[in-house]
Amino acid sequence: MQSKTNILSLPEEELVYPGNRACAGCALGIAYRIGLKALGKNTIIVVPPSCLTVLQGLFPIAATKLPSLNVTFASTAAAATGLLGALKALGKKNINVVGWAGDGGTSDIGLQSLSGACERGDNFLYICYDNEGYMNTGVQRSGTTPLGALTANTPIKGKLQQKKDVSTIMAAHGIEYVATCSAAYPLDLFDKIRKALTYNGVKYLHIHTPCPPGWGFEPRYAVKVGKLAVETGLFELYEVDRGHMRLTGASNKLLEKRKLLPATDYFRAQSRFKTLSDAQIEEIQQDIDTRWKGYFESLNNT
Amino acid sequence: MQIIESGNVAAALGVKLSRAQVIAAYPITPQTPLTEKLSELIEAQDMQAQYIPVESEHSALAVCIAASSAGARAFTATSANGLLYMHEQIHWAAGARLPIVMCVVNRGVGAPWTVWNDHQDSISQRDTGWIQLYANDHQQIIDYTIKAFLLAEEMMIPVMVCYDGYLLSHTYMPFDVPEQSRVDDFLPPYKPAYALDPGSPANLNTVTLPDVRADINGKMAHGYMEIRHLLQEDMRGSMDMLVRVETRFKNIFGRGVGPFIESYQCDDARYIAVALGSLSYHLRDVVDTLRSEGIKAGVMSVQIYRPFPAAAIAEALKKCAGIIVFEKALSYGYQGPLCSDIKSAIFHNAGNTGSHPFVLNYILGLGGREIVTKDLYDAFKASCIDKPEKVDDLRWIGLKI
Repeated sequence: MQSKTNILSLPEEELVYPGNRACAGCALGIAYRIGLKALGKNTIIVVPPSCLTVLQGLFPIAATKLPSLNVTFASTAAAATGLLGALKALGKKNINVVGWAGDGGTSDIGLQSLSGACERGDNFLYICYDNEGYMNTGVQRSGTTPLGALTANTPIKGKLQQKKDVSTIMAAHGIEYVATCSAAYPLDLFDKIRKALTYNGVKYLHIHTPCPPGWGFEPRYAVKVGKLAVETGLFELYEVDRGHMRLTGASNKLLEKRKLLPATDYFRAQSRFKTLSDAQIEEIQQDIDTRWKGYFESLNNT
Repeated sequence: MQIIESGNVAAALGVKLSRAQVIAAYPITPQTPLTEKLSELIEAQDMQAQYIPVESEHSALAVCIAASSAGARAFTATSANGLLYMHEQIHWAAGARLPIVMCVVNRGVGAPWTVWNDHQDSISQRDTGWIQLYANDHQQIIDYTIKAFLLAEEMMIPVMVCYDGYLLSHTYMPFDVPEQSRVDDFLPPYKPAYALDPGSPANLNTVTLPDVRADINGKMAHGYMEIRHLLQEDMRGSMDMLVRVETRFKNIFGRGVGPFIESYQCDDARYIAVALGSLSYHLRDVVDTLRSEGIKAGVMSVQIYRPFPAAAIAEALKKCAGIIVFEKALSYGYQGPLCSDIKSAIFHNAGNTGSHPFVLNYILGLGGREIVTKDLYDAFKASCIDKPEKVDDLRWIGLKI
């Protein structure tokens, strides 16, 4: 296994300027800053409309120190393919092509082009930062909004459907590397990006990204809320490495400790779940317990 | 070299000779033989290019947009609903000022489904900021495909090369295939002022404010409206560039087009038919018949529909008594779009003289309805009178209702 990055071994050079237009406490700001350090300067980034478009700034001033191509909402992956085609045609080698999109741009409107690129085996890294809704347009539900979350268009009952599991969909394409991350664990994110870049074809990273205004918590709690999602076992950090799934980082530690925090700690830290009843949380808790029972058992069997 | 081949193969050979570097396409009838030919040329290593078989037309243009932004010569082709599925990207490519070339193999638009020819698909993309060229035969298809890359790259505006589905795409005609070395003389490699490059990072197509804004050094940069104004200015300017492109082409290959219009028997014509594409050549037969009967008829094709060559058209039509516009497209609730544009073009002549020719508008051939020469003749002949009645009424040819 590769050595783990720590705060002292992170590259010092910043590839995104401070003072950008992200909201106070935005966890995307953490993921993007550390993610770009992992990608390095020799990178071209593709960005569809999303909170990242806002973070990137307003013409003629840009926050990102990498060449960036803003594209239409549905076309992130196809644009990445086009960049690869051009680089190949022009004989330019060893440039990382990266699509960095939100959950709406990935799980909903961008899924078709992403699936097409996976099937073709186009060699780029696709990063989805999942803040669980259309936050940039004012907090509407997306495919990855979880059950029970209040949004601007699920304003009274909360979302009635389950969160779409994009990482599993991506793994079903048989691509070489799929991993989940959390903005609350940026060093794990750094290591997974570095690892992803060593594989061929589309590589997919899914980053759980807490959103203070969209989820309803104070800006200072973004990391805390992100950690709660992992420590309650609700959001697992894992990788699917050439078909082999294993828990990683903080989730792997939970596996060793065999102790999860109660899910209610996560739900009660955010106002978007205020209409979720104790009984509903208990149901979700049972789902988590069943899932983790499986992890514990598979650990016993190895 | 003279060969006999289909219109789609003519287009494919034009793309090959232009050394397109990235080609993305999604199958749609009647475009498919064009992109099949390109994939064959590339697989057989007769052509050096990246062929990307995308999962949709929206992605086809996304690939071209990104490839062009990174400095590669990009090509795609489509028809009908495929073109409409690209619509958002069509605007995007023009707004981003990318010199992509796209063949539009004209086909009617659903619903209901039709695979046959009319012009509704490309005409409905009129206001996207793309240059639109219309080919009348196979020679024009291959020549326009090559010229389109030069025109696009000189102006940094994307170009559609439009030609009739089936009537041209699937019929076989003799045409000359230019030599590669002479095409290379005509069309130098694509070298944009900026291409995405980690060595000189830039953020393209960023959110742009309604007003102008200073950069970090205090220098004012354009707002959205300035960027749009420049596209309009350059669209108008691309007519001058088309003249230069045609002259250059004629000097190297010894043949050429208009550049804005092709006139047949129009010099002394009292009645002039106007049409786009192969229909204009069909009308030449009718003109010959009418001339043999002593009627001074002529026909004019519009070769470039956007930018619209209003001055050249007004000049060509200023002496005639009547203009008859034959169209395979419709602006529902009004009239044929070309007819509206022709009326607009002759308006400034009318303003000077106080009089203008009458303008009649015939709609025909929608969804591949057969265009019978006798019907064209009857309609044209019936229009060759000094004071037709109900000039504002839309007239239909071949309608069985």
